[in-house]
Amino acid sequence: METFIGRYRNVSILAALLFGQVLGLAMQVQRPTENRPTRLIRIWAVSAVTPFEKGIVGLQNGVAGLWHNYFYLRGVRQENRDLRKKIQDLEIERVRLNEDAEQARRLQVLLGFKEQFISKTIAAQVIGSSGSEQSRSVYIDKGSRDGLKPDMPVMTGDGIVGKVLRVFKSTSQVLLINDQTSGVGAILEKSRLQGVLRGTPAGEIVLEKVMTDEPVQPGEHVVTSGGDQIFPKGLPVGTVTRVSPGAELFLNIRVKPAADMNRLEEVLVITQEEDREPQVADTEHLRASDILAARLPSVPDKPATPPAPGTNPTTPGATTTGTAKPTTLPTTANAKPAATNGSITQLGANANKPANTQSEKLATKPPVRALTGIAPASQKPVASGTKPAPKTLNPASGQPSATTVRRPAPADGSQPANQAPANQIPADQNPANPIPTTPPPQDQPQ
Amino acid sequence: MPITYTSNEQVEVYRFNVPTAILIPLVAVFLQAFVPLKLHFFSIFDLPLLVVIFFAVARRSQVSGMLTGAAIGLLQDALTPSLPIGVYGIANTVVGYGASSLGVKIDVENAGSRLLVTLFFYVVHEIVYFTVARGMVGLTLHWSWPHELGSALANAILAVALFALLDRFKQRT
Repeated sequence: METFIGRYRNVSILAALLFGQVLGLAMQVQRPTENRPTRLIRIWAVSAVTPFEKGIVGLQNGVAGLWHNYFYLRGVRQENRDLRKKIQDLEIERVRLNEDAEQARRLQVLLGFKEQFISKTIAAQVIGSSGSEQSRSVYIDKGSRDGLKPDMPVMTGDGIVGKVLRVFKSTSQVLLINDQTSGVGAILEKSRLQGVLRGTPAGEIVLEKVMTDEPVQPGEHVVTSGGDQIFPKGLPVGTVTRVSPGAELFLNIRVKPAADMNRLEEVLVITQEEDREPQVADTEHLRASDILAARLPSVPDKPATPPAPGTNPTTPGATTTGTAKPTTLPTTANAKPAATNGSITQLGANANKPANTQSEKLATKPPVRALTGIAPASQKPVASGTKPAPKTLNPASGQPSATTVRRPAPADGSQPANQAPANQIPADQNPANPIPTTPPPQDQPQ
Repeated sequence: MPITYTSNEQVEVYRFNVPTAILIPLVAVFLQAFVPLKLHFFSIFDLPLLVVIFFAVARRSQVSGMLTGAAIGLLQDALTPSLPIGVYGIANTVVGYGASSLGVKIDVENAGSRLLVTLFFYVVHEIVYFTVARGMVGLTLHWSWPHELGSALANAILAVALFALLDRFKQRT
């Protein structure tokens, strides 16, 4: 035996080395490395390499900053003027969006929604990569000393980038979303189809688990769904570039990431999120019907006719801002909408059942009356509609159809904000954009 | 000038001082991790592999070659978070052993032979890497001959220049 080993010494050493590594590999593959302490060799390797990277990046930034901030200032005045103008435009846009957001928040309060806020982020500099074509990851210059922990989301201003995989004292490894071991819960912005975003060996991103019969168009934006419990909901991910049939009845949807994965320099690590209920002043007296009424198309005033009790006298078309304020609303707030106690999905489902409880009875009231209190004469309802229908009817069969979406046209009436429950909002409707989805029955009181 | 004789061929065996033997692999790994951030196309190169081949053919010792390969490969693995440690280690060990075995038998001092040796061992490295990554780790990797041969050629061309640079650190035994 000794002679054999002595004779084939080199081959024996090779076999031993390979066997040792294969054994180590097998142990790692067998036991998932999640939730296990980082291996010492990784710590050593990172400690040996990242100081150089940090030094070079720091030096590079210093020189570049000196050049750009003190010497190369050509065109700065013009740029400054352009930016000032842009700020003015954006300020106008911000005011408009702020009003919309306020309204959305009021609705969320009414519907018992909770908002997810990104409350704290840490800016970090990308200082290195894995250097492998098969592994898409980068190193950043912030670590446990700065409060980073594994699984924290990482993003740029354009969109999500990845998540923190391992944290060292002053550096961290970030697994990019185009790595093939990465997975992100995502949703298509328009069609609201959910899927799982995965990286490919070539470094591209595909959205998986979307059925082939779903209509997905290139150009549609993809955002995070929040289903992975890592990325907050609604962060931009990218844009659909190609849709083709994939394996097992699923579509193969290629997504171009919003953030440029090949040119990452500065990133934001989301270190703290919190769920909190939206805070809106005086929402106690506000009803969803009033808010929705304010969103309806403009209705001309009728000076000759005194407004009926509960009528909202303001013109809705001009009032995404103020008409929904409690002070302008009739004092019917004691009939608190049932939706404040439950989710819209739950209530939407209840609308089909016989009303047993008070809230269910409220839920089965005609939706348009619930929402607006008017029946526009110019618009024929889809169904015959002799009775108040809790939801729309299929024109062909006369059966209830939950999918018809129609916006009632303005008529001559005012918009009495009756004691309608907010829970008539269809379940599939975005509370931030409340457009009534049901045509009014014909026998609505004018 | 000390010379070793193998199979009636006259080949020179070189050695490297300790700082050089440690720093060159570290710098290679560092550049491999840093440069692709600025020049994305650089990820096609595999500097640590080229250093493994260089040390192996220069030292012409199988044990030394495979140990160098294992060490550099494990260092690469440690910097690659989504891969378990050992994938690059195994591939570079095999390359280190093979390159040093070849270096004992043929002259690998001129540019032409260096180009061919690097071309060959790059493909060997990729085959071993893919086999381990797919067979053991279960990664979904797609083998593309045009891509691999293109990468092999690019690495071989870089190796000719790099080896000429690294020749300055060689010391005759």
